[in-house]
Amino acid sequence: MNLPLTIKETQAGLMGKKFKAAEIVREYLERIKKHDQGINAFLTISEEQAFEAAAKVDRLLENSGKDAFSQYPLLGVSLALKDLFLTKGIRTTAGSKVLESYVPAYSATVVTKLEKAGTILIGKTNCDAWAHGASGENSDFRPTKNPWQPEFVPGGSSSGSAAAIAANFSLIATGTDTGGSIRQPANFCGVVGLKPTYGAVSRYGIIAMASSLDSVGHFARTVNDARRVFEVTKGEDGLDSTVKNASPQKPKSSKLRIGIPREYFAQGLDKEVEKSVFTAAHVLEKEGVELVEVSLPHTKYAISVYYIVQPAEVSSNLGRYDGIRYGNGRNSFGAEAKRRIMLGSYVLSSGYYDAYYLKAMKVRSKIIQDFEQAFDNVDAILAPVSPTPPFALGEKADNPLQMYLADILTVAGNLAGIPGLAIPSGFTKKGLPLGFQLLGPRFSEETLFSLGERYQQSTDYQPKVAI
Amino acid sequence: MSKLTKKDVEHVAGLAKLPLSDKEIETYVRQLDEVVNYIGELNEVDTKNTEPTSQTTGLENVTRADELRPRQSLTDESALSGTEAVHNGYFKVEAILTERGDK
Repeated sequence: MNLPLTIKETQAGLMGKKFKAAEIVREYLERIKKHDQGINAFLTISEEQAFEAAAKVDRLLENSGKDAFSQYPLLGVSLALKDLFLTKGIRTTAGSKVLESYVPAYSATVVTKLEKAGTILIGKTNCDAWAHGASGENSDFRPTKNPWQPEFVPGGSSSGSAAAIAANFSLIATGTDTGGSIRQPANFCGVVGLKPTYGAVSRYGIIAMASSLDSVGHFARTVNDARRVFEVTKGEDGLDSTVKNASPQKPKSSKLRIGIPREYFAQGLDKEVEKSVFTAAHVLEKEGVELVEVSLPHTKYAISVYYIVQPAEVSSNLGRYDGIRYGNGRNSFGAEAKRRIMLGSYVLSSGYYDAYYLKAMKVRSKIIQDFEQAFDNVDAILAPVSPTPPFALGEKADNPLQMYLADILTVAGNLAGIPGLAIPSGFTKKGLPLGFQLLGPRFSEETLFSLGERYQQSTDYQPKVAI
Repeated sequence: MSKLTKKDVEHVAGLAKLPLSDKEIETYVRQLDEVVNYIGELNEVDTKNTEPTSQTTGLENVTRADELRPRQSLTDESALSGTEAVHNGYFKVEAILTERGDK
């Protein structure tokens, strides 16, 4: 069967009895069996649960017809979860050997919400262990490959989730974005990725990386699908005190203004990436959006701030893994987790706290002020996601600092707590995905979605599948 | 910035309770030194009149009613389900005290 590529197509097909939910599940599982050995998108397949959920979907449609969709907005939508999301009764590893046989006793809020919305869980996806990485190569199990060309990385840390969408192993997938871990793999795999505002989506039941930066989002093939999923995942749950039900941040006038940040087009930006981002900006300009140059002068310090604040919080969050109540002992941490625990413990240790951590928190304020000033003048910012297209597997694996610098265009968004939407914009001459990101003020997801939808409508965007 | 030494790395590994081999220590001295030197660039930013930011929500002191939430609690059985080292409904751990030698 030809699998549907969007939520709309899926639900129309189910309604029109073109296919049953159980058939969709069978097809995804067959594709995974056939192709995933070369890609490594999944760590665990939840076949039994998937068929159970599909049977429930088919029963609901049989009994209530169209009405089922009003109660279950994502009815029949197949779902892959980054293996950082706790799933009651299904192994959750965080991509780490420390948790290789950990079976959670409860599910994350987002998992429960998606389940209640009618989704069908296909499985848990591979990722850089503890979400530490920009390539997927830091998984303690096996590296995920880019479905478009397997000798290239899919991006990270939500490597398996992005690859699963590109390879058509699922309709939607979840991710976490602490420094670019949704936007960058979305960009490298040619799919849509949403990093919501910090505090828009509950982190309850999701393995913590850096608590002042972690944001819970997802992947889909169209901006409209990303919007539909966000409608379900967002909002207070009473279990994560950073979440608030904020009213959406509205544009300043009906004629939208988009900022092009000078510093994001600095030396080192790949020519094909640059050209593709400007082409996308001009598509929106033709749609009636005004383009304005803006400046974010502290951008060059974002990596340094991030690689102080983030490892500091990592070292604290990973302190709980002692192998006593669950999981293996601390000797089971992989090389990158150890490196970040060490770096974090160092910058927090007596005598260095003021020089590194306090200083980084102050420069973080400067980065936030840059964005606030820019957003006084524009409704959103359009920028590249990564300075280069996907790089080759192994290219940066032995040089941590080079790997850290791959995050240079995404980390500032996390430090400021603002939302970001990564959107595909074509392919390089070699056939690797290209894209751009839209950044907006806190709680401006609505604006980003409508801009993204206008871009995809205007370019008559048709989702493509790598395999 | 001063150069990171083997002693620094061993000290930090101790703080973080990470068992490291000699070879790992050697690698981390080199790699962490490179990163620490890079992040030292923040010294050039003037932050004399800047307040630090520790979080971006704008929320303060979020509390909830002080009441029991049985649905949010785990049963003994599920709390203990992650380990086999259990004794009489408790987690079993390695001894952390040693017997006094002066008795």
